[in-house]
Amino acid sequence: MNGLLQQDVNQETFTLNLGPQHPATHGVLRVKLVMDGEYIVEAEPVLGYIHRMHEKMGENRTWAQFLPNCGRMDYLGALSYNHGYVAAVERAAGIEVPERAEYLRVITVELNRISSHLLWFGAFVLDLGGFTPLLYAFDDREQILDLLEAVTGSRLTYCYFRFGGVYNDVEDSFISGTRAFIKRLRERLPMYDALVTKNIILIKRLQDIGPISKDMVRRYGATGPVARGSGIPFDVRKHEPYSVYSEFDFDIPVYQEGDSMARYMVRMDEMVQSMRIIEQALDKLPDGPVMAKKPPKIVKPEKGDYYHAVEAARGSFGVRIVSDGTNQAYRLKLRSPTFSNLSLFGEACRGMLLPDALALMGSLDLVIPEIDR
Amino acid sequence: MLLEKIKEALSSLYEEIQAAPETPAAPEAEVKAAEEAAPEPQAAEGETVQEEVKDEEPSAPPGPKETDYKTKGYHLDVELEPGKVGAAVEILNRENFFLEAITGVDWIEAQQLEVVYDFNNFTELCRVVVRARLDRSNPEIPTISHIYQGANWHERETHDFFGIVFTGHPNLEPLLLPEDADFHPLLKDFKA
Repeated sequence: MNGLLQQDVNQETFTLNLGPQHPATHGVLRVKLVMDGEYIVEAEPVLGYIHRMHEKMGENRTWAQFLPNCGRMDYLGALSYNHGYVAAVERAAGIEVPERAEYLRVITVELNRISSHLLWFGAFVLDLGGFTPLLYAFDDREQILDLLEAVTGSRLTYCYFRFGGVYNDVEDSFISGTRAFIKRLRERLPMYDALVTKNIILIKRLQDIGPISKDMVRRYGATGPVARGSGIPFDVRKHEPYSVYSEFDFDIPVYQEGDSMARYMVRMDEMVQSMRIIEQALDKLPDGPVMAKKPPKIVKPEKGDYYHAVEAARGSFGVRIVSDGTNQAYRLKLRSPTFSNLSLFGEACRGMLLPDALALMGSLDLVIPEIDR
Repeated sequence: MLLEKIKEALSSLYEEIQAAPETPAAPEAEVKAAEEAAPEPQAAEGETVQEEVKDEEPSAPPGPKETDYKTKGYHLDVELEPGKVGAAVEILNRENFFLEAITGVDWIEAQQLEVVYDFNNFTELCRVVVRARLDRSNPEIPTISHIYQGANWHERETHDFFGIVFTGHPNLEPLLLPEDADFHPLLKDFKA
């Protein structure tokens, strides 16, 4: 008893375990927290609960056999991962892609980006205690899943892109359906704005919470909406234009504040920009084949290493290929954006209240299978 | 612009190597070679050695190599000794580069492990790849996690997968593998 009473007040910290099964972590992420009352002294994310070693799988199957794996890392933005991987292999093997295929890639990837942001929007507000927006967001997202299911054959773990093009062409119903969806979402967004974005409770929960400085973004290599919410106008689609992105007129939403609200606003604005891209792509969609004329039956990139990055829903997704000239990768490195984005969490949440740290975590938009790979 | 600037800055690392140990070493090698081939006249022997050195140099000029971005996906390829990587990363840090990833490659035939650092820049597109080859039986390289805090996890991951030891790392515990993992699955001789 005496020992307890004599303890130094400043030493009264305790360890709190968050996860790996916790609704706010959206997957199997564990965070070890050292708490001083309600305040976080130290936080250490513990990863690896859903690690499947995709990089080893890349080494022991052919280039084409790895395609389905791409949809199983970032399962909310699977088409971006498809795109990054096929583009890297196409660069390595020198495969040309017909224009129509590139347009279809952009349209489907941007639809996927909207669906990913919609799910994040619903789940994020749910984390903060608002249940209703999730149901609205899922209703909208459902429309996209239907559209993409008709094209790709799957609702979530897409495997639509091939080396040299896409698996199949779209039907007219997809084009009219996409236009109808954009019209619908344009009408819904003002409602989200009035109901959620301008809601005083949301603003109080997000404004000035979890500030991330430009310097911290750079030191940790954070990308995507996390970087753009901290005033860094970095978007791979503009910075390093791949596919046919240079042909579209769109803006990169950037907010200077660096707080959770800024990251929230970036994603909300990005949905509008994605709709602009899709509309332009639909207007300009050229006729022609959706596969290269003679795609190699067996892909054998020349010896050497190659890199290709794309802007996934959560940031810069990079594929580094080392080829030894055979039909399998010698080494396949997958640079996932949330891995770097989450790595700054420990530093960013120091001294924060626990509920605020959960707001910060939600604003990072984590997808755990993508971090663990 | 940035590419030229960073190339020049990184070249200084190679100049030091060339200036310090190599120039004095060259005459020694000549002398040794001359001594070994004692009966021959010294002048002739010295010439042949010099010729050999000249032959080697153009095939592998040390220094950062500019690569074809369209086919490779990066601009500058910087292969360094493991001890020089820290200095190169300091230079990149001064020019406001950010770290995309760290990874390894197992070159089992050469009995070497390669560490690859991917850098990029937020303001101007300039991808720099820094790489170093380590002895496969004793893969050690100084950490860069004190320069780029984001390197902490990347180095832990590379240690998980390849067993590469980043000396000076504050916490080189398994990150993605189980906490008691004593295997390195991306080594080419790994058997499950």
